[in-house]
Amino acid sequence: MHLFVIYTVAGVTNGMVYAAVALALVMIWRATRIINYAQGAMAMFTTYIALEVIRHGAPYWLGFLVALATGFVLGAIVERVLVRPVESRPPLNAVILSLGVLILLEAVAPMLFGGQTQSFPVPVSNTNIVAGSTSLDISPFDLFTIGAVLVAMLLLFLVFQRTTLGLRMRAAAFNPEIARILGIRVGRMLTLGWGLAALLGALAGTLAAPSVYVYPSNMDEVLVFGFTGAIIGGLESPVGAVIGAVAVGLALSYVSGYIGSDLAPLGGFVILIVVLMLRPQGLFSFGRQRQV
Amino acid sequence: MTTALRRSTLARHGLFFLALAIVLLLLTSFVFDPYTNYNVTGVAIYAISAAGLTVLTGINGQVSLGHGAMMMIGAYTTSVLLTWHADLPLILVLVASIAITGVAGAIVGIAGARLRGPYLAGATLALAVALPQVPSHFASIFGGNQGLSVPTPAPPAFLGTSFTSVQWLAWIALAAGVVTFFVLANLVRGATGRRFRMVRDNEIAARLAGVDVARTQVLAFVISAACAGLAGSLFAYWVTVTSPSGFTLNLSLSLLTAIVIGGLGSLSGAVLGSFILVYLPVWTSGFASSLNLSSNVANNVPLAIYGIVLIAAILLFPRGVAGGVASIVRGVTRMVRTSRRGALPTAPEAPSP
Repeated sequence: MHLFVIYTVAGVTNGMVYAAVALALVMIWRATRIINYAQGAMAMFTTYIALEVIRHGAPYWLGFLVALATGFVLGAIVERVLVRPVESRPPLNAVILSLGVLILLEAVAPMLFGGQTQSFPVPVSNTNIVAGSTSLDISPFDLFTIGAVLVAMLLLFLVFQRTTLGLRMRAAAFNPEIARILGIRVGRMLTLGWGLAALLGALAGTLAAPSVYVYPSNMDEVLVFGFTGAIIGGLESPVGAVIGAVAVGLALSYVSGYIGSDLAPLGGFVILIVVLMLRPQGLFSFGRQRQV
Repeated sequence: MTTALRRSTLARHGLFFLALAIVLLLLTSFVFDPYTNYNVTGVAIYAISAAGLTVLTGINGQVSLGHGAMMMIGAYTTSVLLTWHADLPLILVLVASIAITGVAGAIVGIAGARLRGPYLAGATLALAVALPQVPSHFASIFGGNQGLSVPTPAPPAFLGTSFTSVQWLAWIALAAGVVTFFVLANLVRGATGRRFRMVRDNEIAARLAGVDVARTQVLAFVISAACAGLAGSLFAYWVTVTSPSGFTLNLSLSLLTAIVIGGLGSLSGAVLGSFILVYLPVWTSGFASSLNLSSNVANNVPLAIYGIVLIAAILLFPRGVAGGVASIVRGVTRMVRTSRRGALPTAPEAPSP
């Protein structure tokens, strides 16, 4: 039972990191019908930048903010310069383009920052909190991770639901033609959306970095698990993406705890296939079926 | 004779591939140096695998990001069989690898037949990440992270003592490639290929025309997996060690990118893409080492150039490099024709073998 608690806490913590990635993917999917396979590599890149900042003596928090800011800028640039020309082309072009960005970033990072695996600092302790004489099986950094992702989600929710800017962005994603007629700068909204999504990805990158370490392909698996979570949730639904990603985090944690850590990714695959066999569009997709 | 050739696709393809086989036989036996033979073997292996993916993704429209996982099944079938019985005849090992990977393809295909677009891409991507973890967990069968070593097939005695095993493997891989492309070229031009394209272009119309969509999609998965199984088996012989690190996510992504920059949906595009996949690192690493860069930079130049090539190819040639070249050629011929005898409609594209 005690082990179960430990695995659950680990699963939820990792799941929140996957949730940030999943949410970033869903935001981009809803706005541009593109899966950004470079999301993980972009987060890796911003994590390296944060690490450089911290290594030069800046406090953790400055590195953290720099990661988020460069994430936003990187996302906006990728959308404006590379993705915009392929938005109206066949979907596979965007897939290959984002794979190209992924490969390029994973090659450039070791050129700039060195090839060896590096550790990443934590802002608060990552040993379990002890209350009185009992350990609580959760560390301040776990709480920070969960809290940071929750705050980011809340802020995004407020921006999208409560501000005019959010309304414009939703309109641009929902129906670009009508939005354009109503005077919304659709292109600018898409750039902004990609920037915000990449910011969320950068958050996931810095939160994952202390446990996955920093090397060029360190976010590959995080991206795949986030993507798995987003698909389980149905790709259309932000809430679904978060639930799906936490479910994936829990599944991975239980499989690696009870069966063997090598098989954890297989656990993610199995839960994905089971969900898709029952609901080919994911759990939270109540939209129209692809029919006549 | 010529009309018979024009009528019979089978005879035309047969002649073409026979001629190709003879040319390749002569080149590998007398012209190429060992290093070229080694690289050409790689091109043949990737081309076989990419051709399978072309059928699945290019012609049937199902995007797979997990084709490398299928190659891995073929490679491990070969390695495990050879670990048990080192003296199994090569042809038997190849057939067994094709069969077992084909069955795995059927399973993935049945699961994938209900999935579309990013859902299928995500499921195959998860497979590509999950499957390489299996050998390290079941180390007693699959040799764990060190992997299993694969004996190099020895050339038969009648070829003489000067005939190297590198040449022999090049023969085997190229022969397998020629046979695979011959079979696929006929398949793609025939009724099965038409059904594949119909399902890709308009699923509902295909269903109305009496095509069993799900069965067609599963068949495409089986064919592509069989190709990957053959390629994986040859890959095991080629690299002589089968370990999880040979089948990273990068392999799956490289195969998909190769068929797209080669020209999606054409078998010749699969060859072109595989050629780029093998020779771009060869050329660029030579270029990088000539610049006297630090090892961190030099080691990653090939990968960076590959990324740039992908991005540039998509932005400049949306129909792939082969498509881009074809449209340039068409543009030039049109200009020539227009200048000679006024505007004429251009001839339809010649069918590529």
